[in-house]
Amino acid sequence: MVIDQDHISQLLEEVTDPEIPVISIRDLGILRDIKIENDQIEIVITPTYSGCPAMLEIEKNINNTLKKNGIENFKIATVLSPAWTTDWMSEEGKQKLKDYGIAPPNPTGESDIQCPNCGSYNTILVSQFGSTACKSLFKCEDCLEPFDYFKCH
Amino acid sequence: MNENLFNYILQQADNCLILGQRLGEWCGHGPVLEQDIAMTNIALDLIGQSRMLYQYAAEVQDEGKSEDDLAYLRDAWDFKNVLLVEQTNGDFAKTILRQFLFDSFNCPFYEKLKDSNDERLAAIAEKSHKEALYHLKWSSDWVLRLGDGTEESHERIQNALEELWSYSEEIVNPSEADDDAKEKGYGVDLDAIKSERTDKIKEVLEEATLAVPEGTYNHSGGKEGKHTEYLGYILADLQFLQRAYPGNEW
Repeated sequence: MVIDQDHISQLLEEVTDPEIPVISIRDLGILRDIKIENDQIEIVITPTYSGCPAMLEIEKNINNTLKKNGIENFKIATVLSPAWTTDWMSEEGKQKLKDYGIAPPNPTGESDIQCPNCGSYNTILVSQFGSTACKSLFKCEDCLEPFDYFKCH
Repeated sequence: MNENLFNYILQQADNCLILGQRLGEWCGHGPVLEQDIAMTNIALDLIGQSRMLYQYAAEVQDEGKSEDDLAYLRDAWDFKNVLLVEQTNGDFAKTILRQFLFDSFNCPFYEKLKDSNDERLAAIAEKSHKEALYHLKWSSDWVLRLGDGTEESHERIQNALEELWSYSEEIVNPSEADDDAKEKGYGVDLDAIKSERTDKIKEVLEEATLAVPEGTYNHSGGKEGKHTEYLGYILADLQFLQRAYPGNEW
């Protein structure tokens, strides 16, 4: 078996954000790099928010996934710079968020957020801070459902 | 060990930890659910920032200690936070005003710290600045809403302003570590922040129809480890577990 970046990347596809289990750490932009040098593997990750409690869980899951697949000679490095941004979220990731009921980050601002339930743009911000540090709380004025919006960061 | 660099990191780390702890006291007691969550979210950001800083401080200290030793096993006189952040929560208006006075510093501070010649501090600042911007927006909005709100909300936040005003300036008055940081380029020139911060505060207070207190007396001492009586009580809460069960881990 050849251990290359693609192979590791594929294995890590099963490591998801524990708060949003439909989206992988690659889709989310947390997985920054996979470096392989003389059989030594380095997985580079970056936190979404500095106090994100999911980071420890994510490290553990990377650890378990790689070991389960017989990979032992790796280490996990956390980098802060460049700081994580929602621009790194993949298009696929944004679609998965939406399907899950979370409005994906909207680069044009918070005035035209689409309700993930009914598709209406008639929505209002309820609170800048939602169920986790990375989300705000919105409400749809048409279907009246509250929903999480993944903040543009 | 580079004592000035160590103290410089601690000043900011302690500010973030103590204010984070104070905000955490609101957990389950917020005036409405959304603001309860907002305060604990901000607390989480601040404690996250303090962790990054303590990790670095422990490396600079180079005595084999960890972030936990710095947070849990120092005494009140070792803490370098400003007196503002240890003041009691009071009512929601006082918490908001304390937060606003802090955020109006924290935001430009991190913005300038991004240019630090210390790569590690610059990286921490880059990460934290995005969060601080969000906090400032939240606390400014609430100063406006309370100040320009009902008679009672106006009175309450005006009272908070009178009470906290003399704790506002300490954060922009340089300590020995601040002077060293500015001179060597690893830190921020506080004079450069001062006027920008004063303008922002005046602008928001004015829009919120609040009267800027006339007093010019400023409390100080926090950066040198001289604290108000409140810090001891905060630490008694915060450090209890490590003091009672040394070395305990999750």
